[in-house]
Amino acid sequence: MASNRRGLPEINAGSMADIAFLLLIFFLVTTTMDQDTGINRKLPPMPDSEQETPPEINAKNIYVVLINSNNQLLVEGEIMQISDLKAGAKQFINNNGMDPRSSDNPEKAIISLQNDRGTEYKTYIRVQNELAAAYTELRNDASLGKFGERYADLDKTKQKEIRKMYPQKISEAEPKNIGGNE
Amino acid sequence: MSKFRKNGKKGMPAISTASLPDIVFMLLFFFMVTTVMRETTLFVKVQTPKATEIKKLEKKSLVSYIYIGSPIKRLQASYGSAARIQLNDAFATVEEIQEFIATEQQARDEKEIPYMTTSIKADETAKMGIITDVKQELRKANALKINYSTRKGTY
Repeated sequence: MASNRRGLPEINAGSMADIAFLLLIFFLVTTTMDQDTGINRKLPPMPDSEQETPPEINAKNIYVVLINSNNQLLVEGEIMQISDLKAGAKQFINNNGMDPRSSDNPEKAIISLQNDRGTEYKTYIRVQNELAAAYTELRNDASLGKFGERYADLDKTKQKEIRKMYPQKISEAEPKNIGGNE
Repeated sequence: MSKFRKNGKKGMPAISTASLPDIVFMLLFFFMVTTVMRETTLFVKVQTPKATEIKKLEKKSLVSYIYIGSPIKRLQASYGSAARIQLNDAFATVEEIQEFIATEQQARDEKEIPYMTTSIKADETAKMGIITDVKQELRKANALKINYSTRKGTY
């Protein structure tokens, strides 16, 4: 082996590929390509002391959702199951003045969410999810009717137009301790 | 191989595999560069809740993570089982979040700060009390874009 007639002996690089493959497989296996997913929300900025008083909102345009420490829902003064929340929210947002006690139009409709400190995170996310689903369905219906495409497939300007029709207004009240302790 | 050699001494030359390691190394470097090693070891047990209306979290370099959950079994003897907050590699109190966000913001370019997102990775059994506290601190720190980390799935 070592006695190559001309100059330096050549190192056998044949196994280099094997070593590299071994490393490659290690990285392939350890790489996690999973994307982080979640529900995006925007928090309101801290209230300024000099801020003017918030505009008065007609109580009928607010859909009050309360969650207590036993993970029970009180929607507009009535007990509701989470599974019914989406339908309820859709009906409220899309009321367009039909029911005089419900919202005037989707642009004015606001969902107010308030939870207790003892509420389970799981329930909170479920409620957030149901409300988001209500908006997604309404936007999908609107975009299918208007452009014949699903909301997610529309281009940016069209999406904006639909978003303007159904602005997602979910307001979270300043934390309070409603009915129950931690 | 021997089949081909019958043709004579100067038959088909063997395909040079000398560049094979180079190709493999190229792939290797690609994976090494793209791999994001989890830089934090979790001290809390986090099983994120399920949801359907999920969005992908983009621009991972602009995301800071806050973990909330009860300590893992090994640490429960010393830390108890009440839900705790983990920032980077250590348990933290609610008050430390503002500082954490400030350091995260300093590490980024000034232009990127408005696009920074805070991902809240909380266990589904956590109580809203601790999460509300965290949210209040984030508001004080002016880190308003948040993401509730969830898995895809229905109940």
